[in-house]
Formats: sequence, structure tokens, C-alpha cells
Amino acid sequence: MRGLGATLEQAFEQAALALTAVITDPADVAPREMLRLSCEAPDAELLLVDWLNLLIYQMATRNLLFSRFAVHLEGSRLTAQAWGETVEVARHRPAVEVKGATYTALKVAQQPDGGWLAQCVVDV
Amino acid sequence: MDHALFERKSEFEWRIKPFGKMRVPGVIFASEALLREMDAKVYEQVTNVAMLPGIVNASFAMPDAHWGYGFPIGGVAAFDADAGGVVSAGGVGFDISCGVRTLLTGLHGEDIDAVKMRLADALYHAIPAGMGSTGAIRLDAAEMDAMLKGGARWAVERGFGTAADLERIEEGGCMKGADPAQVSDQAKKRQRDEMGTLGSGNHYLEIQQVTDVYAPEIAAAFGVQAGDIVVSIHCGSRGLGHQIGTEFLKRMVLAAPGHGIELPDRELACALINSPLGQEYLGAMRAAINCALANRQILTHLTREVFAKVLPQARLPLLYDVSHNTCKVEEHNVDGRLKKLYVHRKGATRAFGPGHPDLPRELRDAGQPVLIGGSMGTSSYILAGTEAGMQHAFGSACHGAGRAMSRHQALRNWNGRHVVDDLAGHGILIRSPSMRGVAEEAPGAYKDVGAVVDSADQAGLARKVARVVPLVCIKG
Repeated sequence: MRGLGATLEQAFEQAALALTAVITDPADVAPREMLRLSCEAPDAELLLVDWLNLLIYQMATRNLLFSRFAVHLEGSRLTAQAWGETVEVARHRPAVEVKGATYTALKVAQQPDGGWLAQCVVDV
Repeated sequence: MDHALFERKSEFEWRIKPFGKMRVPGVIFASEALLREMDAKVYEQVTNVAMLPGIVNASFAMPDAHWGYGFPIGGVAAFDADAGGVVSAGGVGFDISCGVRTLLTGLHGEDIDAVKMRLADALYHAIPAGMGSTGAIRLDAAEMDAMLKGGARWAVERGFGTAADLERIEEGGCMKGADPAQVSDQAKKRQRDEMGTLGSGNHYLEIQQVTDVYAPEIAAAFGVQAGDIVVSIHCGSRGLGHQIGTEFLKRMVLAAPGHGIELPDRELACALINSPLGQEYLGAMRAAINCALANRQILTHLTREVFAKVLPQARLPLLYDVSHNTCKVEEHNVDGRLKKLYVHRKGATRAFGPGHPDLPRELRDAGQPVLIGGSMGTSSYILAGTEAGMQHAFGSACHGAGRAMSRHQALRNWNGRHVVDDLAGHGILIRSPSMRGVAEEAPGAYKDVGAVVDSADQAGLARKVARVVPLVCIKG
């Protein structure tokens, strides 16, 4: 999945949205409840994997899907809010469950146009 | 891939001579056609694995190899702990001990024709499948640890199946050396609602019919004849295994530089076998193997309950249960001497040859059943381990068809409802909560499993015994 944004934060938010899109159409996921999440990693690429794995864990253990994100980065620390709702199989028809984010094709970088890219492969 | 990159050792064996930091050669087993279609990343990943410390003989790839993370899917590599060998979370994969088991039924096609629809609906109702589904069993902390130590043996003790089942599971259904204390609370929490669930993606439960028998003597030892109905279950260690994979992959990535391990690719994250991290991973990974074995055992019990209601005359004994994402300690002949090795099989099936002491007595002359899953509209195969295979790649064979295209591409090419209708026209009933999931798993999105199995057979990795086709498929 690949997130593109004007800022690094936006690229991380878009990558999270792409994670939901692997499972279901994010437009069908209502932002009914909000979770506060945080993680820390030595570099931006490892932080992206941690961020996605944090969401995967919350989806798996709370039976949630997310559709809106607000990411804040400060050095090696990420704090975020994620909005979503409980999975309803009949309505969301989830195509797959995601096992984990991997270090394959992992890249977090500023683009020539000044925007940011955040990408990696997820295992389903 | 360009076959000029390889030295051709035989019709089905392609060798990469060591270069750069490679410690051993790379070896890919495949027909020329499969090799040509193989992802170029496989070449890169096979050579990268050959650079890891303590690797023995060669870095192998099976005929269904494709791009994985770190190790290729279809990769096999063995390491010697005494020679500074490593254990790698990426060499096992996220879905630890994902595998296939096949149950015999004693039924024939005509026995189920009239009840096929009822069976499909009853199995779909009884087997929790797909994201958001939960199992009926909740484990408290003590029971969770007992399950992680006991595997299928734990499940049988709790009434899920019989002692006879255990004989037909690798490790007798219980992986020794599992250490529940190395499994994080997060991993255990992720498993809380997932015991006895099928999962999603390429996981399935199928009712199948044997269409062809290629090796009648071995088939007879396996209890398989043309026309027989069997049931196959493909799934793994669920959320617990995924979380262990995630956590240890990260820990190994961060720890590698401190251990003096130079990684050609971050995803090859590994730890010395003789290190605290290596031992912690082995303890947790073995607990995840037990989780997968317990899970497939519970699914077997649920399947038997359904058959008992619909076809009470049927008994469903277990033919065999194989795991295809593992690292196991095994003894192998290296340069004429028996050596204890840590054999990683990532998307590769253990395929022990005839006479191996780990095989149950009734199967010992025939060799280990090697169960190869296809896609939902195509064939699956039953193979048997061979003596030659023990010499080729530490007693290993392929594990499935392997994807030919991405899920995204498949979604553009197929509509789930049309796939279900089309397969129904061919007598195959699909039950799934997600039509998008069905489209992503469309048979055309996979490679030709027949070509993969033929290559494994002709390369001598395992011998083709029987072909089965699906009649009912429950997809997550």
C-alpha cells in the first residue's frame, strides 16, 4: 500500500486508509468511535510499519474498521486518533483480514514535488 | 526469469553458483517453463538467503516459489547452530504453521450428490470464516498456556477429536519446546476469540473428490481410491501466529546489527540460534505451531459434527496434517554424517521419505503424505515423500499453486458473483461472506497447480499419488 500526502503525517494517514481499502471500501466505514494510539521507532520507515501494525492489532482485537485518521509526528514518536466502527460482515463484506505489515518495498521519502510517500507491503 | 542466470544441473534443477557474499549455492527446482514465469525477485531472495551465517548445503526454492518478504515463499534453508547458524522470523512467515490436513470419509460421489447443498450450508454455518468471525471457544490464561504447550493433543484431551488423530499429525500433534512465556500478552489477546476459526485469504475448507490415482500402492496405504470423497482444511495459527511474526520480525531487525549479522535485506531479520533472542523466538514460534495444530483439530471436530448430522454413517479419520510455514530441528545426512539442523520451510511442505522414524507405522513404507492445495476451482494433489527428496532439499516439497497475479489485478478481472455462478455450473459450490474475497481468490489468479506438482514429482522432491477436485468450498 502507498500513502501520498503534502506532509509526512498525511502520507501516514493515507497509508492507513489504504490498509482499510485492502479489506473493504472505506466509504462504507462510519467514523462512529475514536481511539487514541501511539508508537515509537528509531526511524520513519520502522515507524510506518509500527503504525500499520498498531491498526492491524486494534482491528483484530476490537473487531473494528477505521476510515478517518489524524496523525501527529514528533521526532521518533507517533500519536494518532483513528475513527471507525465495529465490523458488520453483512454490510462491510470484508474481503480479507490483514496478518501484518512487512518491511518489503518499505519506503518513506520526500518526493521531487515536495510531497511525501509512505509505502510497504502488507501480508493478507 | 532468464535461465541463462543458472547452471542447469538436470531438467528440473537450476543452480546459482555462489558469488559475492553467498556462502552456499542457490538451487531452484522447477521446469524450464515454470522458471521462465517465476518472479525475478525469487532469484534475488534465494541468493540473499545463501548469504546468511551457518547455512548448510544450499538455499533452495520449490517449483511454486514466488516473491516473499526476506525469504521467498517456497524457500527452504537449513542452519547449523554449531556453525553460528541463525533462525529467522522472515524465514518462517507471519502465518506460523499454516498448513493443510485431509480427512478421509469412506464416502463416494453418489453418497453426497443428494446432500451436497445441505452439507455446504451446514459447514458454512458451523465453520467461522472471514474477518469479524469468532470461535465458540474462549480460553482463560491457564487454558491458553495449556493449548500453546499441548497443540492438537490439548484439543483431543478437551474432546475435539480422537487419540488416533494425533498419530497422523507432524510431531504427534504436539510441538516440543513450545514456551508460552515467550508469547506476548498481545499475541494471546489477539487469539482470544479466534480458536476454531478458518481465517481468510487463501484459507479454505473443501469437500473434494479423488479423480485420479497415479501411484496405486501408495494410495492404498493412504486409504485413497478414485471416486472417494475427502475433506481438506487449509489454515494456520490465526492472530496469535501473526502477532508473534510481527513482534519478532521487528525485534530481529533491531537486534541484528548488535549481533554482528550483516543483512543483505532488512527483511532477512534473524538471530543466532544460540542467542537469547533466537531461543525466545523458537519458544514462541513452537507455541504458535501448537496453536495452528489445535486450531485445525477444532475445525476437524466441527466438520465431523456436521457430517454426523447430515451423513451419520460417515467416519472422518485423518489421513495426515502438514505444516508449510515452520522452522524445525531435524537430523539430516550432510556429507555422509547425520547432523542436527534448523530447517526453515516457508511455503514449503515437509516431505519425509519412506522409512523415516517420525512417520506413523502404517505410513512408514509409503512415505509421508504431502498435501498440496490448489485454488478453489482447480485441483489439489496428494503426494508422498521420497528417498531422493531427502537428499535434494532436506525432505521438502512445494506447498500450493502460488498466485499468478495480485489481488488488485484479480479484482479488475473477475466479479465474485460471476465466479460463484460459473463454478456452480461446474458442480462446485462456494460459500463465502465476501464476493470481493471470492474475486480476489478466483482460480485464474493462481498458477497452474498441476504444472507445479509435475515439477515436484519429476524433480524427485515428492511422488504424485492422487488428484482431487473440489465439490464444496468454504472460503473466509
